[in-house]
Amino acid sequence: MTPDLRVRLGDIELANPIMTAAGCAGSGRELAQFFDIARIGALVTKSVMVEPRAGRPAPRVAETPSGMLSAVGFQGPGIEVFLQRDLPWLLSRGGRAVVSVAGGSPQEYAELARRLSDASGVTMIEVNLSSPNLAERGRHFAHDAGAAARVVNAVRAKTRSDIPVFAKLSPDVPDLVALAQECVAAGADGLSMVNTVRGMAIDPVTMRPAVAGGVGGLSGPAIRPIAIACVYEVHAALPKVPLIGMGGVRTGSDALEFVLAGASAVAVGTVIFNDPSACVRILREFEQALVDRGVGRAADLVGAAHRPPGPRHDDDHRGRPRGEGR
Amino acid sequence: MSDFRPVQMSSPVLTVRRVDSYHAITVVAPGVAERFRSGQFIAIAVGGEQSSMLLRRAFAVHDVKPDYGGTVEFLFAVRGKGTAWLAERRSRDLLDIIGPLGKPFPLPRDPVNCVLVGGGYGSAPLFPLAQALRRRGCRVDFVLGAASSDKVLGAMAARRLAETATFTTEDGSFGVRGRVTDALGQVIEDARSDVVYTCGPMPMLREVTALGVRHDIPVQALVEETMACGTGVCMSCVVPVVGGDGITRMVRSCVDGPVFRGERIRFDDVGTIPFDALGAPGWKARTDDDYPAREAG
Repeated sequence: MTPDLRVRLGDIELANPIMTAAGCAGSGRELAQFFDIARIGALVTKSVMVEPRAGRPAPRVAETPSGMLSAVGFQGPGIEVFLQRDLPWLLSRGGRAVVSVAGGSPQEYAELARRLSDASGVTMIEVNLSSPNLAERGRHFAHDAGAAARVVNAVRAKTRSDIPVFAKLSPDVPDLVALAQECVAAGADGLSMVNTVRGMAIDPVTMRPAVAGGVGGLSGPAIRPIAIACVYEVHAALPKVPLIGMGGVRTGSDALEFVLAGASAVAVGTVIFNDPSACVRILREFEQALVDRGVGRAADLVGAAHRPPGPRHDDDHRGRPRGEGR
Repeated sequence: MSDFRPVQMSSPVLTVRRVDSYHAITVVAPGVAERFRSGQFIAIAVGGEQSSMLLRRAFAVHDVKPDYGGTVEFLFAVRGKGTAWLAERRSRDLLDIIGPLGKPFPLPRDPVNCVLVGGGYGSAPLFPLAQALRRRGCRVDFVLGAASSDKVLGAMAARRLAETATFTTEDGSFGVRGRVTDALGQVIEDARSDVVYTCGPMPMLREVTALGVRHDIPVQALVEETMACGTGVCMSCVVPVVGGDGITRMVRSCVDGPVFRGERIRFDDVGTIPFDALGAPGWKARTDDDYPAREAG
């Protein structure tokens, strides 16, 4: 029996729940050397901004236990080149394009939304709220529910009605559920969780911060339990709002964990740096995990961890210790 | 073009040995070996399937042989947990490798005189290059340097492959006391070199490039920037490089390099975002529509 892997995110349907996380897959070109990008549910692009951006100085990345600190600073070609070069290429390969957008003001986000709506082939817009707000001296939009809501509202207003808008949230907020509610009230069709977690490492040889900006964003399996908690709590509070879960997904079992917590789709991020074929491997493992459990439809498991405990079916686990992946 | 795409494979270790004061691992990797062109590199996952070390380690290819369908050898010094793990690998262990990655050294069409300049184990990629140049009938001269005699890589191989091989050590324990650039000018003159190929640390590449410019010959420089993925998605290995259009861009050394024209690298600005780089803060103030290809990444 082949399980039905289709999932819904608001008004759109994806062939399967495995996506790339923004900033970990470029616009698909590099990864297409390793697998057919049309096979995954969607490719989430690196956050695109209005103008070209050179990003931040090196060192931009540092390895930490089961994770990575990064401070790339949105290096990218800007929306013009993205629309001329990157988006058409992705679509020509049969990829589903979820375009991540970032800006310094609600107006910049709105302009990106307008230009992406004028282009054809955009499946969804993901609003990266972990971008410095120029009006607030660089405070991230995600750290201020009012500012986040203004951005989401501006994007939704300029986005074609058949393109869902998802807001990507950071876990570094005192009340994530409140922020999620604000974003949904402002028009978000769904939420992506989570962006990187603030972190820092100091190089004992140079005696300087390991990434040039000092504080960076922590990602990778190190943050998975944080991400799972966020998805679980927001799904409990807003069960009708579709969620894309991300944070250290390394195996099909990890992806299943996010689905059980309440995510309808799951994005693979930092692990792509370790394994450029990770998305298709995880998709295969996820499908096998459903077969092993006798589950016919992936969508049936969304939020299943919230259900009251029922009788245990130890046979379904085929003798695997809990939490074991590949 | 598909033949040039990198492959990801689980490659059995054939041998682990010491080459001078470095570790050398040879893996059986036919797909990598058959596609490889000199200057390209491989990226290896370290620590096993569930490793807590997520970032791939990039290594220059030191040798490619046709045995067992194709083998690839790379060199390294133990510098951290990842390379320590690699040094413990034994024959028949499997390594998850990706390659060949990056742009290769451009090879001259005509049999010209080439001087190859390397520092420490940064010299590794120059050996397959020397072989490729010899196959084209080029004259090859080596200038290899290091801090001390035990760190000079491949002196025997260099003597075998090249017309002349000059060695420099900073402590004077082997060859000429000093740096490669102290010997390079004379070699360029004696060998009537037409082109310089170099690999090593950034300060060395800068000095070698300056010498090439003084002698009015092109320099092909292979940079050794730290990488996290090797495949072009992480954006961590960027270097400021001037394009053919005169515009400086932050380019990824893994896919746009690792080989660049030396005079195009803005050595003084490595580790920074030059103020006039495309997309640097404030760059827009100086432009309107005179930037035809607005690409920063």
